[in-house]
Amino acid sequence: MNNTGKDRIFIASFIIVGLFALFIIRLWQLQVLEGKQYRKISEGNMLRIIKIPAPRGIIYDRNGIPLVKNSPYFSASLMPEHLEKVDVSYLSAVLNIDSSDIYTKIRRKRLSPFEPIRLKEGLTFNEIAAIEARRSDFPGLLIDIDMSREYLYGDVGAHLIGYLGKISPSQSNNPEFKDVPPDAFIGQWGAELLFDKSLRGTPGEKIIEIDAIGREIRLLKENPAFIGDDLRLSIDINLQKTAEDAFGNRAGALVALKPDTGEILGLISRPAFNPNQFARGVGYKQWIELNQDKKVPMLNRSLQSQYPPGSTFKIVTAISGLNEGIITPETKFTCRGGINYGKWRFGCWRKNGHGTVSLHRAIVESCDVYFYEVGKRVGIDKIAKYARELGLDNEIGLPLVKERRGLIPDTKWKLEKKNQQWYLGETFNAAIGQGYVSVTPAQMAQLIGVVANGGLIYSPTIVKLETVPQPARKADIKPETLELVKNGLFGVVNEGGGTGGAARSSIVPVGGKTGTAQVVSIRKSSHLLPEKLRDHAWFVAFAPVEKPEVALCAFVEHGGHGGGAAAPIAKIAIEAYFKNRNQNSKSKMQNDGIQ
Amino acid sequence: MLNVDRRLIKNFDKVTFFLVVLLSVIGIMTIYSATRPLLPTDQPGYHIKQIYWLLIGIAALLLVVSFDYIWLSRFAYPLYAVGVVLLLSVLIMGKTGMGAQRWLNIGRFSFQPSELFRLIFIILISRHFIAIQGKMGLITIVKFFLAFACIPLVILLKQPDLGTSVIILIIFLSLSLAKGLQKKVISLFIILGIISIPFLGNIFWEGLKDYQKNRLVAFMEPEVDPAGIGYHINQSKVAIGAGEFFGKGYLKGTQGPFRFLPEKHTDFIFAVFAEEWGFIGSLLLLLMYLILILRGLDTALKAKDEFGKLLASGVTFMFATYFFINVGMTLGIMPVVGIPLPFMSYGGTALLSNFIAAGVLINVRTRRFELFY
Repeated sequence: MNNTGKDRIFIASFIIVGLFALFIIRLWQLQVLEGKQYRKISEGNMLRIIKIPAPRGIIYDRNGIPLVKNSPYFSASLMPEHLEKVDVSYLSAVLNIDSSDIYTKIRRKRLSPFEPIRLKEGLTFNEIAAIEARRSDFPGLLIDIDMSREYLYGDVGAHLIGYLGKISPSQSNNPEFKDVPPDAFIGQWGAELLFDKSLRGTPGEKIIEIDAIGREIRLLKENPAFIGDDLRLSIDINLQKTAEDAFGNRAGALVALKPDTGEILGLISRPAFNPNQFARGVGYKQWIELNQDKKVPMLNRSLQSQYPPGSTFKIVTAISGLNEGIITPETKFTCRGGINYGKWRFGCWRKNGHGTVSLHRAIVESCDVYFYEVGKRVGIDKIAKYARELGLDNEIGLPLVKERRGLIPDTKWKLEKKNQQWYLGETFNAAIGQGYVSVTPAQMAQLIGVVANGGLIYSPTIVKLETVPQPARKADIKPETLELVKNGLFGVVNEGGGTGGAARSSIVPVGGKTGTAQVVSIRKSSHLLPEKLRDHAWFVAFAPVEKPEVALCAFVEHGGHGGGAAAPIAKIAIEAYFKNRNQNSKSKMQNDGIQ
Repeated sequence: MLNVDRRLIKNFDKVTFFLVVLLSVIGIMTIYSATRPLLPTDQPGYHIKQIYWLLIGIAALLLVVSFDYIWLSRFAYPLYAVGVVLLLSVLIMGKTGMGAQRWLNIGRFSFQPSELFRLIFIILISRHFIAIQGKMGLITIVKFFLAFACIPLVILLKQPDLGTSVIILIIFLSLSLAKGLQKKVISLFIILGIISIPFLGNIFWEGLKDYQKNRLVAFMEPEVDPAGIGYHINQSKVAIGAGEFFGKGYLKGTQGPFRFLPEKHTDFIFAVFAEEWGFIGSLLLLLMYLILILRGLDTALKAKDEFGKLLASGVTFMFATYFFINVGMTLGIMPVVGIPLPFMSYGGTALLSNFIAAGVLINVRTRRFELFY
């Protein structure tokens, strides 16, 4: 053993102790100086916040029949921090999508680098099983559960029930939606929109510990989701569906309501859209298609289309004459197929004339000449007064869409808008619901409801009421007047020669009035004209006549005669309501009997 | 059984023996913590295997101590031949893992010949250096390098096993230094080393596999790509740092068992330990390694002959190299080279080979007074 060997080993010892000291300094730096920050990272590594969607409230019809359903909806997302470790071609095979699709989605700019990238929506159970089986191959692949809305009746009641859509940027900024996650679906139309806040509930979240391959190890905290409140609509889905079916592929609208409460029993606008198309977001192309469709399925015809009401308006003319004392039930006029005024001739729809008729027969047979005579005596301003008294020329107050308010002309209106004086000929037209007069189907439904229940006007609602509401106001019309008109309306449906015979029902006594709104002024048999030139068909009705429970207005665009096109639909709707109601009360009685 | 000399028991190096067994037990505890089941479906079991290997290792150590180490010099050539054949057979029929062939399957066991070879290499080089008188000149050192280090290095780089190659090279250089080199040779090496860094660096770089290049890039700038190649280093630093001063407590660490830290029970076992035991625990653990290494050098000083001195130096330098590269890597101050922490990392062959090496060390110290046998 020589001395130099000893020296060398001492040198080695010094080097080793020096390196050791360096390590201790480094340990001090990592564990003591920067320790807090690393502890945080290590905790953040394994915490994941998972949103728990709140099941949306279920929408029922007035009899408790569910109209919508929530189904779980699965999507696959990828945590961006695991991007590098993912075998994209393998992933594309498992998810059954193109790898180029995955790359596009990865490249798309995101709000935050930690936001998961949605790769595929609407996974089937087989796809979920395939992903779960390969969990360890795809760290950072998440399966999200959302709720998807399914509309059980498809396009039936679509305008009323509405649909869900992705929250829009402007909605996101609204404080009302501050609890709603950024890609959530919220009500965007109809009842889904109006009652969104109570329907949508409060989403929950849970904080879990996960390992590096995304397995849930421990639940740390859970804020449960709160289910949205259910909503019971006032509509009778049986009436709604039966009546929509009766429209076939004709365009039109039907509004049925309970005259003694204002509850809407049915609200139809045909053609409609299928809200299930919107359930997971409607594409831009689809949206354009829906909005450019010539048949305008997105238009709510019951509230947003206005047409001359035709002979249904004779109800207003009759009321004004009777209530003003200008005519009595005994007042008779003679119809010879028309009257002449100056160089114009105002014809009756029956060319041969109705002969000498009283008010009752005039209503039953819808004699135009009788109402020309009444109109001439009452004057346009009085007619307009009663039209407004019955709710026309105003929104009925359903916030579903921006409602049109129609038009009730009078001398003041003519002077202001046209800067012209009013001509008597225009009164003739107005008296039979032609000319300037225009109304919406919803207004006419409300009007017939007011006539049917003795002048009480209730605020319309689409929610089933648990208590009897106070009427909004009472029309300033004598009860005897309304009684006389109601008798006439009963006759329209049930007496010989009545124009509304097609609405006669063996189940329930129906009263009603037909109307045919001219599209062109040529008086020709409608069925000879091309469809777009044919008249619009109206029918307003109520039943039972004694104590009305349902009042409705059916309107068929280019349907031809009201009696031929609209009255049968009205009858079908009324019968659907009463059949359903009788069944319900029967089963109720049986249940009571068992108890 | 052999006739065990009473002096052997009296002089037995209990400190080294106690240290390596204690480190191995700490290792097994840490392996358990790193691989402990989080969910009932998880299957642990690494620690059980390691316990078996520890028992085999202790038996091998005692066996090695019972023979005089002079026998090692007599069997140096056959051992070397067997070692090279084993290394070659790995190349031909080895099992691939992480882009490299390092394992041989023998029955149910995976066996890593390179782990044993480093020890054989120490024995062979020591055996030859004792024959040299005085300090070695340039020609001698080059001759030795070509004769004994070249073949295994080529095979190891071919596998490729960068870690063991570096170890073999360092063992060769440190043994040469321990034996003694002429001053001009040392100066020449230093000058050559400085000049050739750019050239060697380039050749070295081109010869690397992608994952090796990535590791070097990641070492230089781990934050560039936290989810990719810098991931190992970052997660290791997070694990160690999260331990703070007192540690999270045994079985409370998360970086390992939650799999954020790769190679948690093998190359990064120190990070798992540091997370649970904090600065205090890590300091004590590192001190144990320091004592083991300094005691090894002391053994070299006290060895009764040149062969013993070289054996003890070689084994100690080997332990020191492994220790500093591995811990330096987990601390983020050395590049990620896949070498385990002696006695603590999971791996049967490595544990066995380290126990045999410790046996050699104890053997040399135990027989330090036997000038004549």
